[in-house]
Amino acid sequence: METLLQQLINGIVLGSVYALVALGYTMVYGILGLINFAHGEVVMVGAMVTLAVIKLLAGSGLPLAVQLLIALGVAIPACMALGATIERVAYRPLRNAPRLAPLITAIGVSIVLQYLVVLIWGRGYHPYPELLPTTPIDIAGARISPAQIIIVVFSALMMGALLWLVHHTRLGRAMRATAENPAVARLMGVNVNHVITMTFVIGSGLGAIAGILVSVNYSVAHYQMGFMLGLKAFTAAVLGGIGNLAGAMVGGLLLGLIEALGSGYVGDLTGGVFGSNYRDVFAFIVLIVVLIFRPSGLLGERVAERA
Amino acid sequence: MKQRSSFLLFSAALALIVAGCGKQEAASTGGDTIKIGMAAPLTGTQSHIGQDIKNGTLLGVEELNAQGIEIGGKKVKFELMAEDDEANPAKATTVAQKLADAKVVAVVGHFNSGCSIPASKVYADAGIPQISPGSTNPRYTQQGYATTFRVVANDDQQGPAGATYAINSLKVKKVAVIDDSTSYGQGLASAFERTVKAAGVEVVAVEHTTDKDTDFAAILTNIKSKNPDLIFFGGIDTQGGPMLKQIQSLGLSAKLMGGDGIQTPNLVHLAGDAAEGTIASIPGLPKDKMPGGTAFLDKFKKRFGVEVELFAPMGYDAVFALAEAMKKAGSTESAKVLAELKKVQFNGVTGPVAFDDKGDLKNGPITINVVKGGKWVPVETINGGANPAPAK
Repeated sequence: METLLQQLINGIVLGSVYALVALGYTMVYGILGLINFAHGEVVMVGAMVTLAVIKLLAGSGLPLAVQLLIALGVAIPACMALGATIERVAYRPLRNAPRLAPLITAIGVSIVLQYLVVLIWGRGYHPYPELLPTTPIDIAGARISPAQIIIVVFSALMMGALLWLVHHTRLGRAMRATAENPAVARLMGVNVNHVITMTFVIGSGLGAIAGILVSVNYSVAHYQMGFMLGLKAFTAAVLGGIGNLAGAMVGGLLLGLIEALGSGYVGDLTGGVFGSNYRDVFAFIVLIVVLIFRPSGLLGERVAERA
Repeated sequence: MKQRSSFLLFSAALALIVAGCGKQEAASTGGDTIKIGMAAPLTGTQSHIGQDIKNGTLLGVEELNAQGIEIGGKKVKFELMAEDDEANPAKATTVAQKLADAKVVAVVGHFNSGCSIPASKVYADAGIPQISPGSTNPRYTQQGYATTFRVVANDDQQGPAGATYAINSLKVKKVAVIDDSTSYGQGLASAFERTVKAAGVEVVAVEHTTDKDTDFAAILTNIKSKNPDLIFFGGIDTQGGPMLKQIQSLGLSAKLMGGDGIQTPNLVHLAGDAAEGTIASIPGLPKDKMPGGTAFLDKFKKRFGVEVELFAPMGYDAVFALAEAMKKAGSTESAKVLAELKKVQFNGVTGPVAFDDKGDLKNGPITINVVKGGKWVPVETINGGANPAPAK
């Protein structure tokens, strides 16, 4: 029982991490129909910049909370600027190109960012300071750390805030209009370029926070951390219905739970025939099954393919 | 126009300088230059280990040159050709081909078993002797190639040595085993598993992860429910570090044990307090207990300004094994060197160096280390050659 509870907690924490990153993918896809593969790298840059700032402040004697606020104050704007720059330099010139072109550019940007980080911080695994309390709390024999609680709560809050932004603000209305038809939105007086830039800025800011939370949770950061995380988050977004904010959350949590319960129980249930090495296999089998029966994802709406 | 001509002048001057350098070097050699290849992960997450091996071999080459070695009556100069395999098996074969094409006499490398094994075919086809300073997977020397050697104990010796310590000194009754799905990790973990099982210890869980993962919560939770006395991890420090942190936060009481891949300062760096009490076996004697240990450590520090990480002494000994074989053979032809390499016997920094008929190090000693106060401290030396478990 204890073990099941612990596996559920593991799954929910992992799933919330996926969800937080998936929000960034799904926002951009919702507006542009573009899969921004560089988003995972923005997450990684967020973690790295924070680490660099914390290291600079290490000798200052400031309390950790203040250090963390300063680091956030640097990392979030840095990632926002990075997101806006990626959009301006790599995607905007290709906005009317065939869909494959921006996809390939996205992969290119992701590689460029990884190796920029290698040039600055090297290829090693960097130990991450305990920016948030990680001393675990006991709940009926299962353990969860305050940092993990923050991850779960924060992902839920962010999804709520984004839903509110999209449905109840001027910018949100402009976003929905742009998503529906950029040309018509422009005719109605919406500054489409501004809306798209803002989408990238918000997504990247969230990405920066996700990067910090992930690194604190695993107490390690490295230049490739964004790649696999990005891929899993993208899977989560597709699972939930890409372009749908609540779908990113649902998809993320589902994927996290499948991975945790899968690798935790598959070995025992199959008598050791399948081991925990099949974790990713099960996650992707679920994805394939969902896509066969619901091609637009669990919460995705059936929308006509855009030209 | 003016700018262009000055650029031309500059390049011409540069070309002259470069040409001048080359000439100077050639003039100072006098004798033949013998190329020795070296391959290890010089970049990437394992670059600290690769650079260490490169420095060790470089030190060996530089000392040989300073001694002024004569082979077959001719004074020779050694030259190290270092290549980066990025710990990537595909890259390893490319690099191996490059070394073979460059007609190196012999190769010191690779580090990862997953690289040494595919690369060994290339060297075997070219008839070039290959001495690995760090690959411990038994399969490396069991493929039927005459060209494969290693100057470390293999996992059939290392895994059981760890197991022997766990059984005799720690008196474990139940163990869990995790591997990272690499040749090295699986080889080590299964050698450990075989030995403890044979001694009647219960293996309660066998889990797998990858060499890129940092999330082990699910497998560790499963292991926790089975309550083992010890967790054995076949893998390297970059996974071991975060794993130790998660073992601590999930509240497992079992200690982690591993092989040489986690016996690094980097592990303690990554895991912090959570590393305390971690156990690891490592081929060879403790650095300062090696016959040439402290002298080597001093020399190394003086030459490169950094501490020995792990495998530098093995790289150094590999170079001397080659030089010994060349002297005996009186030739630098790979085939003749190979014949003598099988019979080589000398006292290296790591201890007596001699190879058995498969190319494995004879009687390679294995040391058990434990993290105490944030440092790896040797606690026991087990002679790995004494009782190796049968390979599958």
